[in-house]
Amino acid sequence: MSHTGKPVPVPDVDSAPFWQGCREHRLLIERCAECGVPRFPPSGMCPHCRSNRVEWLKASGRGKVFSWIVVNHPVPKDIYRLDVPYVVALVELEEGVRMPTNIVGCDPNAIRADMPVEVTFDDVAADLTLPRFKPRSQSEE
Amino acid sequence: MWNLRDKYAIAGIGHTDFTANSGATVLNLALQACRDAVLDAGIDMSEVDGVVSFNFGDSVPSIAVATGLGLPAARYAVEFSSGGNAANLIVQTAAAAIEAGLATNVLCFRAMNGRSGFRLGGGRDLNSRGITQYTAPFGWITYPQAMAMWCRRHMIKYGTTSEQLGTIAVTCRRNAVLNERAMMRAPITLADHQASRMIVEPFHLLDICLESDGACAALVTSAGRAKDLRHKPVYVMGAAYGGGPNQGDDLFDAIRWPDHAHNYAKYIADDLWRSAGVGPEDIDVAEIYDCFTYSVIMQLEGLGFCREGEGGAFVQNGRIDRDGELPLNTHGGLLSEAYIHGFNHVIEAVEQLRGTAGSRQVPDAQIALTTAGAMTCGSALVLRN
Repeated sequence: MSHTGKPVPVPDVDSAPFWQGCREHRLLIERCAECGVPRFPPSGMCPHCRSNRVEWLKASGRGKVFSWIVVNHPVPKDIYRLDVPYVVALVELEEGVRMPTNIVGCDPNAIRADMPVEVTFDDVAADLTLPRFKPRSQSEE
Repeated sequence: MWNLRDKYAIAGIGHTDFTANSGATVLNLALQACRDAVLDAGIDMSEVDGVVSFNFGDSVPSIAVATGLGLPAARYAVEFSSGGNAANLIVQTAAAAIEAGLATNVLCFRAMNGRSGFRLGGGRDLNSRGITQYTAPFGWITYPQAMAMWCRRHMIKYGTTSEQLGTIAVTCRRNAVLNERAMMRAPITLADHQASRMIVEPFHLLDICLESDGACAALVTSAGRAKDLRHKPVYVMGAAYGGGPNQGDDLFDAIRWPDHAHNYAKYIADDLWRSAGVGPEDIDVAEIYDCFTYSVIMQLEGLGFCREGEGGAFVQNGRIDRDGELPLNTHGGLLSEAYIHGFNHVIEAVEQLRGTAGSRQVPDAQIALTTAGAMTCGSALVLRN
């Protein structure tokens, strides 16, 4: 899908490595350098041990569908009219964090809870890559 | 926990017409509803020294209402930057402010041109800073889209069906038919619900609340003062506000929420019932926040009207009808009366407890529940006459 007119993420100090990773086709997850608990979204401080020490973990890119919706009515209409129906999902990554994304390469009606998925990087603009997910066949594991 | 059981009361209520195009400024709507609440209570305007409200950047500050009403000295004019989750919180806060000596008679209001002005449900701005950078770029933008994710999770975990959601829409509409204030008064059937167009699966159009222009207001004062005023006081028995861990970076964000199959309600239930000294079985009428049909189910479960996962079955077979075991959204709710961000539920609860709800009156209603919120945080009141 074209990204013209659509919301473009504005990276900040906390999120810049995540978006840079996407541009390099690497799914990077922030992790506490003290206690090792990964988190998403990145926040710069660990909510478990309150440490500011951050490191970035390259995620496997594999996960499963936690919940999903099918957008039938485009909002704003002129921007999403050619995209509907499209799927937005919360995907639970193997690393234990959850991430909003799109499920692509799949009939929306075929999506099921816990369906295995894997990341696919979509270079939607010269400086923007979105991490979407597609079905992953069990045999690839 | 709220420890002011029965010490404060709602002594006056006011509201404007609920329309799709008010032709008035939001300030004017707020002033009309607030003025009428003070007149309804029967106190002198000069005695009002507090104003509490909430808004989403779509309304007027409380000081503007104090100014417009000509209050001589607003000692406590504040507002919450919040969604419907604060609709009961403002009443709780008004009472707490009086208890602390910050004010004596406090107006609570919500005013909005939610259809002709800023349309909350029509999509947030496309600014993708902060938490929104992780949601909006994927086309996850509107509140119906946000809450459909929760609803789906409930369906995944418990097998809740669209027909069960539809029962709530039909019930609300049946009540709205009797309500002269309601925006939607044409009866609907479950078949109409099922045939209404899909907006964002699993939501049909009729799972989604209205967009409205209008305002509602209530005057909160001490129980002692309320007893001397025009109407039978409606006492605040119990009150609670909050949610669980990971309420998120804003109202939309629930990325880290434990499980979207349940919402804030389960986290405030203990405080609410313990503070009120009664339980779900004592509720005569329930005005449950229904921005979407599903949110009713999660709140019924979370507040203990039924067990988790059983909310879909609970609402069926007439149980939530006006003459059922738990009369629910007797005005038609946000789904069919109007979307005044939940504060119209408070107005209706007061009418029911005064016995002035006309043809939609629940006989001998003595204790009412109002709730506000659908996702990670919310508020609730237990009111009695």
